[in-house]
This record gives sequence, C-alpha cells and structure tokens, in this order.
Amino acid sequence: MTAPMDTQVLDRPTARRPAQTRIAIADCDIHPSPKSIEKEVFPFLDKRWQHHMQTYGSLPRHGYQNGPAYPKGQPDAARRDAYPPNGGRPGSDLEFMREHHLDPLNVQLGILNPLRSGQGMQNLDFAIAYCRAINEWQVAEWTSKEPRLKASIVVPYEDGAASAREIERCAGNRDYAQVLLLSRTADPAGQRRYWPIYEAAAAAGLPVAIHAFGYGGSPVSGSGWPSYYIEEMVGHSQCSQALLTSMILEGVFERLPTLKLVLVESGFAWLPPLAWRLDKLATRMHDETPHLSMLPSEYIRRQVWLTTQPMEEPEPRKHLLDTIDWIGWDRLLFATDYPHWDFDDPQFVLPPKVGEEQRQKFFMDNARAVYADRL
Amino acid sequence: MPGSGQAGGSRVPAGGIDCDIHPAVPSIKALLPYLSDHWRDMVEQRGVHELDSVAYPNNAPLTARPDWRPASGKAGTSLEMLRTQALDGFGTSLAICNCLYGVQLFFSEDMAAGFARAVNDWMAREWLDREPRLRASIVISPQSPEAAVEEIERCAADRRFVQVLMLAMDEMPLGRRRYWPIYEAAERHGLPVGIHAGGAYKHPVTPVGWPNYYTEDYAAQALAFQQTLTSLICEGVFAKFPALRVVMIESGFTWLPAHLWRLGKYWKGLRMEIPWVDRPPVEIVREHVRFTLQPVDGPPHPEQLERLIDHMRSDELLLFSTDYPHWQFDGDAALPEGLSPDLVRKIMVDNPRATYARLTETVQ
Repeated sequence: MTAPMDTQVLDRPTARRPAQTRIAIADCDIHPSPKSIEKEVFPFLDKRWQHHMQTYGSLPRHGYQNGPAYPKGQPDAARRDAYPPNGGRPGSDLEFMREHHLDPLNVQLGILNPLRSGQGMQNLDFAIAYCRAINEWQVAEWTSKEPRLKASIVVPYEDGAASAREIERCAGNRDYAQVLLLSRTADPAGQRRYWPIYEAAAAAGLPVAIHAFGYGGSPVSGSGWPSYYIEEMVGHSQCSQALLTSMILEGVFERLPTLKLVLVESGFAWLPPLAWRLDKLATRMHDETPHLSMLPSEYIRRQVWLTTQPMEEPEPRKHLLDTIDWIGWDRLLFATDYPHWDFDDPQFVLPPKVGEEQRQKFFMDNARAVYADRL
Repeated sequence: MPGSGQAGGSRVPAGGIDCDIHPAVPSIKALLPYLSDHWRDMVEQRGVHELDSVAYPNNAPLTARPDWRPASGKAGTSLEMLRTQALDGFGTSLAICNCLYGVQLFFSEDMAAGFARAVNDWMAREWLDREPRLRASIVISPQSPEAAVEEIERCAADRRFVQVLMLAMDEMPLGRRRYWPIYEAAERHGLPVGIHAGGAYKHPVTPVGWPNYYTEDYAAQALAFQQTLTSLICEGVFAKFPALRVVMIESGFTWLPAHLWRLGKYWKGLRMEIPWVDRPPVEIVREHVRFTLQPVDGPPHPEQLERLIDHMRSDELLLFSTDYPHWQFDGDAALPEGLSPDLVRKIMVDNPRATYARLTETVQ
C-alpha cells in the first residue's frame, strides 16, 4: 500500500537527542499493523477463512466496508511522520518503529495492542479464527524479533468459552503480556457471558486490558449516535466508565480478587468522580448488589490500572496532579498510542515539578509491576 | 461493608432558592381533568397505565428518603409534606418544581404532547396556585419539537414557569439540530433549558449496552450528562443561541473538570471538524451551563472537595438543590463540607437568581 497524496511525508524528524540521556520508559499502548494481511496474516488463517474474508469481508456491527462512519482526524488516525519509508501502514514496519519510536524515546518495554484483530466480528467462527491468526502473527513478526515488545492475546470476546480456550492456548508463551478486549462490547463487560475470559486470565496470571473502540452495536451515547468524531473520541471515557461500573457491580472483582484490569486509551481523570458516585450508590442500594463485600473504590484501588494517553490537559496543569494523587501514583501506566495522531510525548506529559520517584513509577515501574509475571 | 465515606454536610442558611424538587403526579387519574376529551377517552378505553419511569422505581431507596415517604402512595404527592419538609425544612424562599411523569417515553408524538400539556396545567392548578413559593419547569414532548415549541409558547405567558424541561437521554443527542426550535423558543422567552436525569429509554442507557442493575442505570445518568454536554457544545448550540442557558439538573458535577480537560484537549486537536466552536469548551460552559448541587457525588474528605471546586475555576456554576424527595443526603445536610461561606451564598441565592431571570420578578 502506498500512502495517499495527502500523506506524503515531507519531514520525518528522528531522534534529536541520544536515547541514553532519556529515562527508560514502558509504552503500554503501541499499535502494530500487518504490512499485508495476505502475506503476514493469511499464513495463520485457514483457507476457508481466507476465502471468507476476501468474499464477504469482516462484517462488524457497523455499516461501511472500509473505514468508520466517523472519519478520523488524520488519514488512518496516524501521525504524518509515522509512515514507513518503504511503504505500508503506520506501525507495520518493525525496523522503522525501532528507529522512529523505540530507540529515540528509550522504550524498554512496549505493549502491542493490535486493533483490527477480528474482535467484534459478527461471524463468531471467523472472529475466533482471525483472533488466533493475529496472535500468531504478533509473535512471528514482532515479539520473536524484538525482545522489548510484548504481545496481547486478542480474544473473540463475544464468545466467552472460545476466548478462554484461546487464552489457555497462548498463556504458556511469555511473549504475551496480557489479554486484550475492546471497550464497546455487545453487552456491558461485567455481564456473565464474559466471565470465562476473566476466569481464564486470572488463572493464567494475565492482566486483562480493555482498549477504547470496537463496534458492539449500542450507540455511542444513551441518547443515540452523536454527529462528530470528536464526540466519539471524547465518548471513550464514558464507555470505560460504564464498563468499569458493570465489572464492579456484577462482582467480577469480588469473584476474582487477583484479576488485574488495565483500561487503555480512555483517559483517567474521570476515575475519582466515578468512584465517589459509585461508592455512594452501592452503599445506598446495597440490597441490589449484596454479593459485593467492598466499596467500588476499594475494588478499583486493588485491581484497576489505567494507561495515560490521552492525558487530560487542565489549565493550570497542576490540577492534574491532584487527580493523580487521588488515583494513586502507582496506578497509571504511561502510553504513547504510537503511531496514532493523538500521541503523547513522554518529554511533555508531566509538569516539571513532578519528582524523580514519581516519574520512575509513572514511566516504568508501574508497568513492570503489572506485567511482572511476563517479564 | 463499610460506610460510603461521603463527607458530612452542614445546615443551610435560610432564604435559599431550591432549583430541583419533585412534586409527583399521584396517579394518572389526577391528570384526567386536565386532558382533552380525546386523551381522557383513550386513558379510560385503553387502560393507559401509570407513566412512572424506571429511572426512579417507586420503592427504590434513591427515589425517596425514608423520612420523606408518606404512609401510603408515592413520595412528593402531598403539598402539606412538601411545604413542611422541602420548603420550611430548609428555609427555602423559592423552589423550582421538576415533574418527572414520563411523557417523554411515549412513542407517539401526539400522545406525548397531549400529556405534557395536561401535566403543565395540573402543575399550575394543583401546586403553583396553592403555594406562592413554588415555580415550575415546562414539561415538553421532545418527540415533536413543533409541539414542544407550541407548549413553550402556551406556558411562557405564566411567569411562574421559569424553564423548559428535558431529559438527559432522548432519541438523539440533545445538541442535534432537530431540537434547535426548542432552544430558539426558550431563548426568545428568556427561559433556561433544564436537562434532568432520566431518559426516554429508546437506546441502551450505557454506551456499552443495557445494564443489569438499577444502580448502574442511575450511575450512567452522569455519563449521559457528560455526553449531552459534549453534544450541545460540539453541535454549536451556544454559538447559534448566544443568550441560551442550560441547567444540568441532578447531573452530579464532580465529573465536570475532568470532562472539560478531555474535551478541551480534543477540541485543540479536532476543532477543524466543528469550526463554529471558536473558543475552549471550558469558556462556553462558564458562560452558558449551570449545575444543580445534589447529588454532590463528592470525595470522602472536605479538603478534596475544596480542591475539586478549585478545579471548576468558577464560583458561578452551582445552583442549590435538595432534589426532594430523592435520597441524596440525610437530615438537613444539603450542603457538603468544604464550601466557603462566600460560595455558599452564591450557590444558595446569587447563582439561581442570575440563571433564572424570572425568579427576580414579583409574581401576582
């Protein structure tokens, strides 16, 4: 694939400073893409499903064959400078990702979150086969070649039992650091059809990451579909709030006290007010959820982490430090979202007054703690 | 299970303006005298049921405080109790009645318009005529913006109606152009548009599907308000109607700073998509949007609430409310700890008066 005219790269800035001068970081949200689905993914896909994909496409709960009904803010939602010089989609060339991202930013641990991975496809058998192929592809093309990168086990989450089988199949390979779902599931993520996923992940000691996006069939808001891409993007915070509420109230954390949940790319400043609201409601109406033995905020404190990008940007910026104090400096995992356009640069995300110890946790140690069993 | 950790509250100073109380329609029979012949016939022939919405199950704890429940029947149906508990109980000088009878849930535009009209006439006769401290919101049928505008025109002549009432979740996000005739009429009459928790239940109440628990439904109301605010701003409602004020009622407000930080960041990156939004969302909110106080949904410690209030960067955003008879707080602790005396005065009186122009009028 060649870049369309309006994505021709005129300037592709590379590292301005050697990596050694920069703090080593973990980037907990990197998006790899196949250079070519036929060349890289089809080898792991049954002929039947290769034919199916070429004939019928992927049929998500969404209307266009190609591309979203909310056109992105940039072509392919990508940074203009992230197109590999040898062609292909942003995020599809490991060598270029090293030069452009991993080396200059001194990324020592990178978590791969593939997005077009078969998740949410309406044909469940196809979703199962395609997710499996993407899992194989991540190891073959990425983690086996680059030890700084870790893969995610993408699961066909609308089929809980099949997802659990895929987790069990992959869990023995330590190249996989987590199980990955998208946030817009067909039903709220705490409901019991999804429990086999959490049980299998907890049994394998794998964190479950839930990344913004997906097409579950529900409108983006309780009032139906908004008009604009900006509303969809801002709305990922509400999706994550709703799915976290569901997981807490349904008792997922009560049943699985060792399960780790990582919420990816939906911001984090919304968490304290949500926890305050839920604590009050779950107390007032405890007779509706008598299976809960703790406050919602206590489950959150025990079992939930969040990636940082897109970092909320208050003015003055110091207000964000109150929020991080309330969440806890041990709960946030730095992420860039490379190669997407709304990338956060580690040089600028934290105000200068933040001390070394907090920086170290934010940029590296929290991620090492969450993924400790897989490193 | 330990207690909720909610900060304790303090007694409110007298003379305040309560911007959210809920007189309730005791039964559909009470509306019969106010319905047209046709709709009265329909109620009787078809056995039209009570229109209470699942947003507030009648017996759920949140729907009515135990000491505010009558011995029988629905809370909020007795004028005597409302006088004693909601008005005298807090030394309230004026209170705005938001009737939540579920006319917005009908699929028929005509039926919704017919019942909205009856609710407004019932409110004027049964409550406003009998208690001079009461004001009310005009219930409309958002199913039909044309009929809604007619109802605004009809009721606006009665100066005791001080705002137009909508619900947070309708068929479409409230910023959509379809609703603009309603905003045009509200602006023209100097009526704020009050958006109250609840919905038409025409879509799943969360953006990830239908929840299993009522607790989730109520928690999700705050998400609906966040998305409604996004919609009103991004669609350009406030650019089109510069004098319009919106009041988010029973919305919670502690989510506001975080939401504006996120919306503001994406506005910087994507403003080319919505070029009519020509200034940061936080500035638009400061000028056009207000929030009632209850539920506070506050942090466990008063000093954290002080920080949160600081994050809001304005002392003009909050309007006092008890949310009577909903169970948001105990005793007379309608004001959370952590508010300065100056802020309390603004919340109790100055901000409501600045928001609702009609409250400063003498009504005969």
